[in-house]
Amino acid sequence: MTTEKPHISVQGLNVQIGNHHILKDINIDIPNKKVTSIIGPSGCGKTTLLKTFNRLLDNTSDVKVTGKVLVDGEDIYDPNIEITHIRKKMGLLSQRPYPLPMSIYDNIAYGPRIHGSPKKKDLDILVEEQLKNVGLWDEVKDRLNAPATRLSIGQQQRLCLARGLAVGPEMILGDESTSALDPLSTHIIEDLFMKLKEKYSIVLVTHILRQAARVSDYIIFVYMGRIIEYGPAEEVLKNPKEQLTKEYVKGYIT
Amino acid sequence: MIRRKLEEKFFKILMVLATIIVSCSFFLIVGTIFYKGVPFMNLDMITKTPGGGFYIGKEGGVLNAIVGSMYIAGGATILGLIISIPVAIFINMYIDGKKFLSNTLRMAFDVLFGIPSIVYGAFGFLLMIYFGVRASLLGGIIAVTLLVIPILVRTLDEVIRTVPGELRDAALSLGSTRWETAKVVLRAIKPGIYTAVLLSFGRAIGDVASVLFTAGFSDNIPSSLHEPAATLPLAIFFQLGSPVAEVQGRGYASALILTIVVLIITVLSELLLKRFYKNKI
Amino acid sequence: MASTQVSFTGRFIHLTLTSSMQKIRLLTDKVISKLMLLFTVASVSLLLIIGIGLYYKSIPILNKLSWGQLLTSSVWKPFKGLFGFYPFIMGTLWVTGIAIIIALPLCILTSLYIIEYAPSRLRRFLIPFVNLLSGIPPVIFGVWGVLFIIPLIQNYIAPHFAEYSTGYSVLAGGIVLAVMIFPLIVSIVNEVLRTMPQELKDASLALGATKWETIKKVILRKALPGIIAATVLAVSRAFGETIAVLMVCGNNAVSPHSVFDPGYPLPALIANNYGDMMSIPLYDSALMFAALLLFIIILLFNIISRVILASLERRMAG
Repeated sequence: MTTEKPHISVQGLNVQIGNHHILKDINIDIPNKKVTSIIGPSGCGKTTLLKTFNRLLDNTSDVKVTGKVLVDGEDIYDPNIEITHIRKKMGLLSQRPYPLPMSIYDNIAYGPRIHGSPKKKDLDILVEEQLKNVGLWDEVKDRLNAPATRLSIGQQQRLCLARGLAVGPEMILGDESTSALDPLSTHIIEDLFMKLKEKYSIVLVTHILRQAARVSDYIIFVYMGRIIEYGPAEEVLKNPKEQLTKEYVKGYIT
Repeated sequence: MIRRKLEEKFFKILMVLATIIVSCSFFLIVGTIFYKGVPFMNLDMITKTPGGGFYIGKEGGVLNAIVGSMYIAGGATILGLIISIPVAIFINMYIDGKKFLSNTLRMAFDVLFGIPSIVYGAFGFLLMIYFGVRASLLGGIIAVTLLVIPILVRTLDEVIRTVPGELRDAALSLGSTRWETAKVVLRAIKPGIYTAVLLSFGRAIGDVASVLFTAGFSDNIPSSLHEPAATLPLAIFFQLGSPVAEVQGRGYASALILTIVVLIITVLSELLLKRFYKNKI
Repeated sequence: MASTQVSFTGRFIHLTLTSSMQKIRLLTDKVISKLMLLFTVASVSLLLIIGIGLYYKSIPILNKLSWGQLLTSSVWKPFKGLFGFYPFIMGTLWVTGIAIIIALPLCILTSLYIIEYAPSRLRRFLIPFVNLLSGIPPVIFGVWGVLFIIPLIQNYIAPHFAEYSTGYSVLAGGIVLAVMIFPLIVSIVNEVLRTMPQELKDASLALGATKWETIKKVILRKALPGIIAATVLAVSRAFGETIAVLMVCGNNAVSPHSVFDPGYPLPALIANNYGDMMSIPLYDSALMFAALLLFIIILLFNIISRVILASLERRMAG
């Protein structure tokens, strides 16, 4: 564990959806400016855990959350908190890219326009900067007004990343964000994550152990709604302490 | 930030208001009909045909119109089914692969669906003149059948499309012909067929413009296809047009009868539809 | 040896039986598919036949007066053989326009509430409830219009605008029509909204947008083709509605100049005068021409809107 203050600190989190107790007694810290991967078999609750970080879980019906999730020391489940302010801090990258039904330019400008009244000049600079950050600028600079849906899937996912970065988050959350992409696009995005961790804390949910090995600094292993093991990536993958972790990492549990 | 929240609150109030207006309009309409019609409602209305002087206030009921409407709606629905079921199956199962063709056909039926009933009525009238048919039960049935075919085809088409391709593939891979597969599909969507029938029956029974020129009107229950037939909507219309308050009141009662019949049909079809989709999962 | 012979014969007989059964099956299939083709072609050609039939019957009046005269003249004196359809076209447009202006915003707001904001128990009740409205026959709407809307306009609404009105007006027609098309628009927009992917909404929310901002900027944009489709269907329906409008519109053959003026839409014209049709020369041809007009307008409307929809979808989906 690092000695720095964690970016997110989860304390005593329990999540119930309907009659299912999805997350049981989660206590974990997400370190600052590092890549943390959450791994585990399907249905173990890793996506649910991710969604508690930006409270997108609220949109699911019949959800009950108890416990605290502290972001920069603020409990985001405090009833007095302003949700949009919290969500602005987290950029989300979903499994499949979901470009908004507008042009490439407007996709990136969407967030800034909502949170303020930026001038066109500033927006232009912002759009170019973010597109350059994700390596899309050269590919799209001549067609910024084209509908975002015309891009290839790999380009769309990068666009969604740029869109998320444009609101100035502190954190990037990725929910199996490369599973719909071809190997080349996957590689590009993974490289981006490794570059971005200089400025942002990154939490990735993935079921590809090799991806976790490639990009992560830390790994959390979740099984049946509980955190089984947590530690630096190398250790968890090569020398797991728990039996369950050993079995998963070797590929025995899926 | 405050502006954003205020805007959201403002529109949320608007949305609730709109929903209230839209949903209450139902109560308003049905309520008005009940309010005006119940005082004039009695058993005679549904069991007797108009006696002499009915339209100036004397005895009778609207049995002629009730039966006439039933005959026309029933006849049109049956005829319509005979034509529409093959068409719906054809569009879905017999046009192998050529998506352009089936899309064009669907579009044609969508246009037919949008044609107002008065055009069907006028056209039906033309046909009747051409074939020398007088304003009669037959004329009414023909015109309403034309009206009802696009409704049936459209509804049946949507229902058939809900049948998963795997079911059809399974039947075909066992060596069935297309027609045999079609029979399997039809059995699978039986409740859907009932819904389509109810929907078109409801439309047929309440429509005026298609029967206006073609069915004529009569105080008697038609005993043959060539006799003119009274229809409920027309009966309502004529009674309401009378200067005698008593007759107007009976018009409201007739409207009440029609409303009740149609409400029953609509509720039944909603229930059926719900059951159909529940079993789909 | 014997067993092989038996089995060989057995198989042989089995094949023969199946062969004739097979022929019947295939023949049945062929016959039925030809029959289906016939029915389908006949039904679709109905479109053509109606158009041709109406046109054929309109020829007498087209021989007397040109298209231009018929469509732009306001003189309607059947006895003198003068048929100007302009007032009726205007009447139709006014009534339909008012209906759409009232219904569209109300229905979109209602649909948004039902799908995005309403608690699920309320939603399950509201949706079939609005559909009940669609079952009510038009003549009932007409009765309601006469009982409720006409006095409302005459006594409560018109006086505010310093105009005397009997209440029988295009406004009345528009309001009645609007209520008639509520369930149509709501059910279509409901479907469109229901199929919006949650992930798309999540994408907007994750950027810090509020629910309403997501609706305003993302959902309504994506739903635009569907909303247009609903509008087209609603306009088609409103255009052709006959009896309900007839009962409340006033049926005065003059172009309306305000919402409180009476109007005389095309369908009402046809319905009201079909009785006199045979006694006045050219009258039947005139009415058939009116029907032809309706037919053409709706046909064109359908085609144009499909083209717009197709190009919209192409633009959005890339």
